[in-house]
Amino acid sequence: MVAETVVPAGPGTGSPGPVVVPERGRVAWWKRLPVVHQLRQSVGLQRGMLVAGLVITGIFLLTAALAPVLAPYGYSQLRSADGPFGAQQPPSAEHLLGTTVGGYDVLSRVIWGAQTALLVIVVAILASIVLGVLLGLVSGYFGGWADRLLVVLCDAIYAFPSLLLAILMAIVISGGQSSMWGGILAAALSITVVFVPQYFRVTRAEVVRIKGEAFVDSARVLGTPHRRIMFRHVLRNSTRTLPLIVTLNASEAILTLAGLGFLGFGIEPTAAAEWGYDLNKAVSDVTSGIWWTALFPGLAIVLVVLGITLVGESLNDLADPRLRSRRAAAEVSGEVAETSVVPGGTLTAGPGGLDTIEGAGSRSDELAAAPARPDPDAVGLDGRAPGAADDDPRDGAPHDETEDRR
Amino acid sequence: MTTTTTGTPVGESTGADPSSASPRPRRRRGGGGLGSYILVRALLILPTVFILVTTVFVVMRATGDPITAALGGRLTPDQLAERIHDAGYDRPVLVQYLEYLGGIVRGDFGTTISDNRPVTEVLATYGAATLELATYALLVAFVVGIPLGMLAGYLRDRVPDAMLRISAILAYATPVFFAGLMLKLVFSVWLGWLPVSGRASTDAEIELQFLDDSTGFYLVDAIRTGDPAIVGDVLEHAVLPALALGLLTAGVFLRLVRTNVIGTLSTDYVVAARSRGVRESRLVRAHAWRPALIPIITVIGLQVAMLLAGAVLTETTFEWKGLGFQLAEYLQARDFVAVQGIVVLMAVIVAVTNFLVDIIAALIDPRVRY
Repeated sequence: MVAETVVPAGPGTGSPGPVVVPERGRVAWWKRLPVVHQLRQSVGLQRGMLVAGLVITGIFLLTAALAPVLAPYGYSQLRSADGPFGAQQPPSAEHLLGTTVGGYDVLSRVIWGAQTALLVIVVAILASIVLGVLLGLVSGYFGGWADRLLVVLCDAIYAFPSLLLAILMAIVISGGQSSMWGGILAAALSITVVFVPQYFRVTRAEVVRIKGEAFVDSARVLGTPHRRIMFRHVLRNSTRTLPLIVTLNASEAILTLAGLGFLGFGIEPTAAAEWGYDLNKAVSDVTSGIWWTALFPGLAIVLVVLGITLVGESLNDLADPRLRSRRAAAEVSGEVAETSVVPGGTLTAGPGGLDTIEGAGSRSDELAAAPARPDPDAVGLDGRAPGAADDDPRDGAPHDETEDRR
Repeated sequence: MTTTTTGTPVGESTGADPSSASPRPRRRRGGGGLGSYILVRALLILPTVFILVTTVFVVMRATGDPITAALGGRLTPDQLAERIHDAGYDRPVLVQYLEYLGGIVRGDFGTTISDNRPVTEVLATYGAATLELATYALLVAFVVGIPLGMLAGYLRDRVPDAMLRISAILAYATPVFFAGLMLKLVFSVWLGWLPVSGRASTDAEIELQFLDDSTGFYLVDAIRTGDPAIVGDVLEHAVLPALALGLLTAGVFLRLVRTNVIGTLSTDYVVAARSRGVRESRLVRAHAWRPALIPIITVIGLQVAMLLAGAVLTETTFEWKGLGFQLAEYLQARDFVAVQGIVVLMAVIVAVTNFLVDIIAALIDPRVRY
């Protein structure tokens, strides 16, 4: 990729001296994948946190995928060949983590719960990305009164306590309770409503900025239809902050799902296992000293959120040059290309790359001064997909957006 | 009410939304002064509240009328229709909407269906309890989060920083109700040090109920009774809920302060101070911490939203009879009139807090103004 785009560093990139694009620079493609790249870039504690997060997240994904194999019983199973399980049984050989007040096996429900959580995360995030990005793109690109209205609306929703919003949506979508897929969809869509404004804001801000760039103007002069400009030129350059928000939202989705379940707006125990529901049922157990029904589903939530947050947090820090731990000088010298603020050479550095060079000052002013990034399609050099480098979430911008939300 | 007042007096300023930091040059930089900033910002609350109120109405009404939702299975269709007619839910939605808006302006949120009380009374009774809990939690969050955040920022990338960061992430990862349940299990059930639930023991509660013009803040009322036993009782009950909710928020503060202390410690003026030989400990205390606090103030608005959501869960865990606890009860009863009232109140609280926070931020940092 680097080889195809060897263009001398632009005059305004502000990089001190020539950026070294070493000849050995053709880094294997897998080393440039979003998470792998950061993993290689990280050092010390940050690497430890990232690895820990990846391991926990991996275990979570495996558990979710292999739930039918791993779980000793079904999530709604009340009896085995030997008769009913019995309620509130302490941990034993048959029931490693005991049974709940409803007579379910705790271990099985914890394992099946991973599957529910994963499904909800996937549906919620997919739905909010599609909706939020599309709205942000159209709204930011065309502007006008509809844009203003959407911005005010999203700001209002953004300020609203997200759990309350999710509760309201759960009432509308499912009337509170429902089947497995109905419940999962209801929970996921309730969470979606909370997330859409975030994706909307981030995408819109990027779109508004990018549509002022010269390559968009030139595409317009060439008579490119709006739809093509929007999706080909603007959208692909606006998505680089999204992976970061996705990881942070994934953990928030689990917490919201658990909150909904805890308040009784989750998924029926016969439809699927859900940790928040189990914790709700465990409230009275705790008062009488029964600890296993509350401890294990709760720990499952904590671990999964912890894992995903560690990943998101590390990516966030690595994207922010002020927070990134630096290697010792001796180590750096060998690997300039990887640790450089301009990853993989000059051209692939999007506006984010420039931004990180310039530091964390006011981005808009500097970007206005910096030369527009040449868009291959607009200038007829259709060498590579313009969006390829844009998955790289190295940018200080999303930091504020996401940090504030906590 | 709101529709008419929003557009006219502020004109272009309303359009300049604070969220989207587009490269558009700012007009009237510094031209407005603080007074007009406050005015503009105050007027911006109205559309926010209006949108929230409307959203809540649309969402709640999309599920059908509240009477059927609450009493659906229990009445015959005829009785149901009669109740619906009496309450006016068979009229056009637009009429109901306008009436609802008018009611809110007059401070009338309707009457709950499940226990037939004016919603305003419910809000007044339980609002104080939630406010009390939120205050304790914020206090815990400040006391724990800010010093630890400064420490972590100062000792960046060393062992204490690593421990603190991991605890902050843990605090975020732990659902407040799970934290509450575990605290309860250890300190109330196993160790027996603290009460399991409620805001006060029954005796104290009776005593407090009979207090003249009670404020609803149990601690204030308890102090007014002058009985140290009651004060102690109220405090004992508050410890676990305040810790559960407060530590969760402390994690957020810790992370924020840490990030900002690191940021300010690398600024030119701190470097200059260091080169003048200012001691490291003094750098943090005298130079770096104040700028690091500004972002805290600005995110408190969002924290209040989170605290309210957290309060709903905390109150349910500890049977703390506040708005959140009642909300959960009314949700179970499908009493959507009450739910609507509580949600609208919370939305207004969040909007007003954001307003106050913006004003405070503008007072501290003149660059914030439009």
